[in-house]
Amino acid sequence: MSTDNQTMTVSSRPSRKSSLRRITVLVLTVMLVLLIALPWLVPYFYIFIATEILILGLFAASFNLIFGYTGMLSFGHAAFFGMGSYVVAMLLQSFQWPLLACLLAAVMVAALLAWVIGFFCVRLNEVYFAMLTLAFGMMVFAVAHQWRSVTNGSDGIAGFSVTSFGLGLELTLGNPSVYYHVVLVLVVLAVALLYLICRSSFGLTLRAIRQNPERVAFCGLNVRRYRLAAFTVAGAFAGLAGGLMAPFLRIASPELLHWSMSAEPVLMTILGGSGYFLGPFVGAGVFVLLETWVTSMTQAWMLVLGIILALMVMFFRRGLLGTILHWLQERK
Amino acid sequence: MNGVIRGGIMGSLSLALLNSLDIGLLLFIIAVGLSIVFGVLSVINFAHGALYMLGAYLAFSCINGLGMPFWLTVLVAPLAVAALAVLIDRLMMRFVYQREPADSLLLTFALLLILNESVRLTWGTGIHVVEPPALLQGTITLFGGIQYPLYNLFVIAIGGVALVGLWLLFNKTRVGKIMRAAALDRDMAQVLCINTRLVVTGVFAFGAWLAALGGVVAAPMRSIDPGMGDKIIIESFIIVVIGGLGSFPGALLGALILGLIHGLGGRYLPQINLMLPFVGMAIVLLLKPHGLMGRRASL
Amino acid sequence: MMDDDRHVDTSTAARAQPTSDDVILQVSNLGKQFGGVAAVSGVDLDVYRHETLAIIGPNGAGKTTFYNLLSGRMQPTSGRIVFDGRDITGLPPHRISRLGVSRSFQINNIFEDMTVRENVEVAVTAFRGDSHRWANVASRNVPIQDEADGLLARLSLSTLADRRAGTISYGDKRLVEIAVVLATRPHLVLLDEPTAGMTPDETHRVTDLIMSLRASGDYTFLITEHDMNVVFGLADRILVMHRGQKLVLGTPQEVRTHPEVRRAYLGDAEEEIAT
Repeated sequence: MSTDNQTMTVSSRPSRKSSLRRITVLVLTVMLVLLIALPWLVPYFYIFIATEILILGLFAASFNLIFGYTGMLSFGHAAFFGMGSYVVAMLLQSFQWPLLACLLAAVMVAALLAWVIGFFCVRLNEVYFAMLTLAFGMMVFAVAHQWRSVTNGSDGIAGFSVTSFGLGLELTLGNPSVYYHVVLVLVVLAVALLYLICRSSFGLTLRAIRQNPERVAFCGLNVRRYRLAAFTVAGAFAGLAGGLMAPFLRIASPELLHWSMSAEPVLMTILGGSGYFLGPFVGAGVFVLLETWVTSMTQAWMLVLGIILALMVMFFRRGLLGTILHWLQERK
Repeated sequence: MNGVIRGGIMGSLSLALLNSLDIGLLLFIIAVGLSIVFGVLSVINFAHGALYMLGAYLAFSCINGLGMPFWLTVLVAPLAVAALAVLIDRLMMRFVYQREPADSLLLTFALLLILNESVRLTWGTGIHVVEPPALLQGTITLFGGIQYPLYNLFVIAIGGVALVGLWLLFNKTRVGKIMRAAALDRDMAQVLCINTRLVVTGVFAFGAWLAALGGVVAAPMRSIDPGMGDKIIIESFIIVVIGGLGSFPGALLGALILGLIHGLGGRYLPQINLMLPFVGMAIVLLLKPHGLMGRRASL
Repeated sequence: MMDDDRHVDTSTAARAQPTSDDVILQVSNLGKQFGGVAAVSGVDLDVYRHETLAIIGPNGAGKTTFYNLLSGRMQPTSGRIVFDGRDITGLPPHRISRLGVSRSFQINNIFEDMTVRENVEVAVTAFRGDSHRWANVASRNVPIQDEADGLLARLSLSTLADRRAGTISYGDKRLVEIAVVLATRPHLVLLDEPTAGMTPDETHRVTDLIMSLRASGDYTFLITEHDMNVVFGLADRILVMHRGQKLVLGTPQEVRTHPEVRRAYLGDAEEEIAT
């Protein structure tokens, strides 16, 4: 059972709420400072890890908008992530647009794809929804895999470089440290926007839809439209994440569209906790670090992934963040 | 998979239709298992395709590795997978049955990852081939001069037997009635002293058995590779969406439609063959969102 | 993108005596078949504006199905429903709600993971057409917060405003449900056994609220109830349903003395009133 996102305590007196809030702000500020200073604090290798965590964290957070907030479990979210990657890769390869322009295009195309797929999927209950998102996601994968003339098939699109950023800024984006900071800024901005959306009336309505869609309909709202809107917005953010991924990996390949890629935000969100806004980011951090560690030892990373997901669902449904916060609340 | 054409357009069409029946009935065996599990347990088993794949790989090991005769493999391999399913149900699924649907979806998804990787780690990423049993090898000449693989005819026969058998099971036996009762109202079934725990485990295992049976039967017809589970689960999803979740006739209808799409599409529209099932599903979703056979039709 | 065809209604109509040409809801030959079973059949009913109509009958009489048909939760298999001059037969629930019909449920149907205030906020936000706004901070929206708080105060729920709705008592949850129902400022309110499971004090709160709402606003109430005290205390007219059909429709006195009704349903209820 996931707790509601806004109320962090069961019965909150103003003093408790504001002290918890102050601690959260402090922790986040410290983290932000550390993140900015990261390239000078850790070994070179970890810059890549950090970039990946930021990008996948955004991906997972966009998934949680649909799952934790609106209550829809999608197994095809990678379709929008991968689409974003392909759009950026193609634009860079063919036209060498500035990165910002490519990202904007990625967001719009991913949003459009999400709107189309969502149109078919949100009309039905959650079981159908899960199946259909998986199916449509794999359809996009199949298209990318087969359509060699456009997508270069299983080889993917590579051989592009990102030279300019846009806005007249001269940045050597080929430098991992520079790219990391670009990603950091864009992700922080995106997350801030996502947080604003989650705390808005729209976000409130989505949370209500997760808990009791029928009651929301009886309040006079067309629930399907709101679900579609959430799905589209989530797709847009996923497209942004995917767009940031392409220059990082230097390739856009069909694997980014496969259901195994769709599994990653699912696992990260469950790992971190779907009931909290920052849950997916915590999950992304743990996920990437775990993956780096496990793959250095064995080939069986996906197996470990599956086992962890199973254990989390069975015994730690609140996720790491959720379990920790719950334990803290119990102690008070 | 295809036979040799000798009879011109009629021959070509007949061949395509035979292939459709062949594929369709095989898909039916697999999809109906998924549909039954949902109908009774309200759970979509995302790992259903992986169980099919496991059946195929076990068939490979039994036939090629242990030298088991085909008929024995058909008996043993699905039962082994069913036994595994019993373990999965008792050790894992029981935690999520009473929870919100998302949790069981997540768990079966985790199961999918686990099974997929276990297969890959055990048998490697290469493609394996299983030959049909000696009795069923070769082709047979049918009407119109078509030569059709004997094994494919066997699959059609098996599919027919399964169809009739399942229909009888659900409509004429006590077990079938219990499953239908539990599908309609689990609490009521419990009140009536039907051992629902047994039914739950039994149905889950039965669904796995059907999937694995499909895998064993399909093994001599298709190449065995680690991606076959993924393909089949998508096909199964499309079938139950087209036909209607939880509906027995719906699964048959959906499977035959998909069989037709593959059979005819494969011969006449090879370019867009891959997209056709999805297009079909999208059309059904627009016109009859709960499938052609309606909403939660009885088993 | 998000259409809003409700206006914020601030008129306070005085409580007028119902006249026969002041009909807010017209039900003609309404029926619902499930396979071979007719849950509701051949119901004809005119509900007058501003009246309080109680619907009674044993379990299985079709009261909840009737509500489901009126509120759009189910499609009728026969008949027509006209609300305020508009044919609403077969419309989806959100459209009917927008037109001014609101209902409560027999089983609590609130947002258990949200605070009590947030529960009401959702409904108020929906009524005001603000549910699509994505750039505000919902918890700091003063007009909505004030309206929600006002409604909670009327139901004496203010002390529970910050509590998670899943943690409060059953009776309080029923009151939250009523608050949510009222938050969309409906003109026709369908209450489905509102006092079921409530303590006498809570029941009083509900009946007092209904009476004060009747006096101050443009409300018409339909109430299904088993508590005969509530029924006879509030109802202008009573509809008795039996096996999905309309048995008797009349004033409390007419119903009370009606031979069929007395025989079938008020037998044990009369004892209840006497004790």
